[in-house]
Amino acid sequence: MIEGFTALYIFMLAAFTGYEVIARVPVILHTPLMSGSNFVHGIVLVGAMVAMGQADSDMERFIGFLGVMLAAGNAVGGYVVTERMLEMFKSSKGAGK
Amino acid sequence: MIQLSYFAAAVLFILGLKRMSSPVTARGGIVWAGAGMLVATIATFFWPDMHNFGLMILAIAIGGGAAWYTGKKVAMTDMPQMIAIYNGMGGGAAAAIAAVELLKGEFQSQSFLVLAVIGALIGSVAFSGSMVAFAKLQGLMKKSFLFPGQQKINLIVFAAAIVYGALLMTSDSTGGLALFIFFALALAFGIMMTLPIGGADMPVVISLYNALTGLAVAFEGFVLGNAAMIIAGTVVGSAGTLLTQLMAKAMNRPISNVLFSGFGASGGEAAADTGGTMKEVDASDAAVMMAFANKVIIVPGYGMAVAQAQHKIWEFCKLLEDKGVTVKFAIHPVAGRMPGHMNVLLAEAGVPYDKIYDLEEINGEFPQADVALIIGANDVVNPVARTDPNSPIYGMPILDADKAKNVIVVKRGRGTGFSGIENALFYLDNARMLYGDGQEVANKLIQEVKQL
Repeated sequence: MIEGFTALYIFMLAAFTGYEVIARVPVILHTPLMSGSNFVHGIVLVGAMVAMGQADSDMERFIGFLGVMLAAGNAVGGYVVTERMLEMFKSSKGAGK
Repeated sequence: MIQLSYFAAAVLFILGLKRMSSPVTARGGIVWAGAGMLVATIATFFWPDMHNFGLMILAIAIGGGAAWYTGKKVAMTDMPQMIAIYNGMGGGAAAAIAAVELLKGEFQSQSFLVLAVIGALIGSVAFSGSMVAFAKLQGLMKKSFLFPGQQKINLIVFAAAIVYGALLMTSDSTGGLALFIFFALALAFGIMMTLPIGGADMPVVISLYNALTGLAVAFEGFVLGNAAMIIAGTVVGSAGTLLTQLMAKAMNRPISNVLFSGFGASGGEAAADTGGTMKEVDASDAAVMMAFANKVIIVPGYGMAVAQAQHKIWEFCKLLEDKGVTVKFAIHPVAGRMPGHMNVLLAEAGVPYDKIYDLEEINGEFPQADVALIIGANDVVNPVARTDPNSPIYGMPILDADKAKNVIVVKRGRGTGFSGIENALFYLDNARMLYGDGQEVANKLIQEVKQL
């Protein structure tokens, strides 16, 4: 388990990382980037799987099932949409200029 | 081994996002992040003491399959609401994790319980709020719902949710009725908070919910002791917050203003006395004007994308260029439905980068332009943003299309724009209206130019 100050340190460092990574992004990439970060928090799937995997009662199983389903939607949908958007940037680069 | 793959996933996420911050490496970025996700997901199957594998795989198949199908099929113009819905799903998942953990009630320490409850609150709000945002952008829900005392009621609902949350934190048993009421209140608050917000502000709201989901994921990550969730969630939380600020800045509306004032519902009357009349022009005259111009600046908006006219417009531009006309595209930061959306749509049509200009780059050039062709844009060229302090969009940076020698506005009908504000530009002496569906108009223009 990650507790106390270690947790706080991780939280702070990750927050700065996110800020720094985005700070230099050109406007044209804002939409794909929002979509991309949307995909990244699809990692919630991992947590949903663990929660469901340790569920014992029917109620827990049901909610866990919903959670995994939603999380999988987040991860897969986020990836597909982002990939499609960025795909176009690539092809226009080849064709243009 | 599991910890190692989570570590790898976290590294891949950050590197992926980093690569996504440049157009050249952007595509590699999402692939890296995708690889990280795959590694982490597979590793999780080996988490100790797990059962319910069959159901789990079924849930992944259903959720993933549905998202895959919709994600592949959705038109580029509908991208913002798809992001909203996928984001809402993530928030819902975070809330579900919290619900399961609270039902079990086996927390190692009080601080984990507190984090679980906070994460549940944020996740639920992001979930129901994103769903409303989706419904609004998809056109399933047209109106902004405003009633007197709305903010007070919202505040009461929010306070009640917090009280019940606190109750969960202090009571011995975390399951039962209190848990149910807590989630119901949190979900209701998400809906009520989003309902009064007008469609034009939605991108900012979606971005905010994106950041919130990230935070919720991070909090649940602490509860589960899952480092990958903590890092990925926090990175998204802070990146999303920054992105939200950037977007709000582009629209010159403080975030608090977006959230707490019903936009589009209050305005609308301000520009009633603009004076003058709208003057129509037909496609052949418009084509002649542009074909013999030196410089044409095209201002595309969401309307162009809805009409799927970007390919035709680009074809028209190439014809103009053959006639020696300089053609440039002017993109407002919030053209389309969110920053950068219009760039994506033009890229889809094959318009090269070097013809596309930002607001700051192009605004000085409008006075030298012979024709400004506005297609499907409205609020972003409305001069009242410069002149009329009573207008709800006063102070928003706009494209100075009204300063061009001639302005041609391609528009489907006489209605107002997305924000519901009358556009003073249409009544100016140098403005001409060209009514019709964007794609049809573009087709006509192409034919007329070819005949010259």
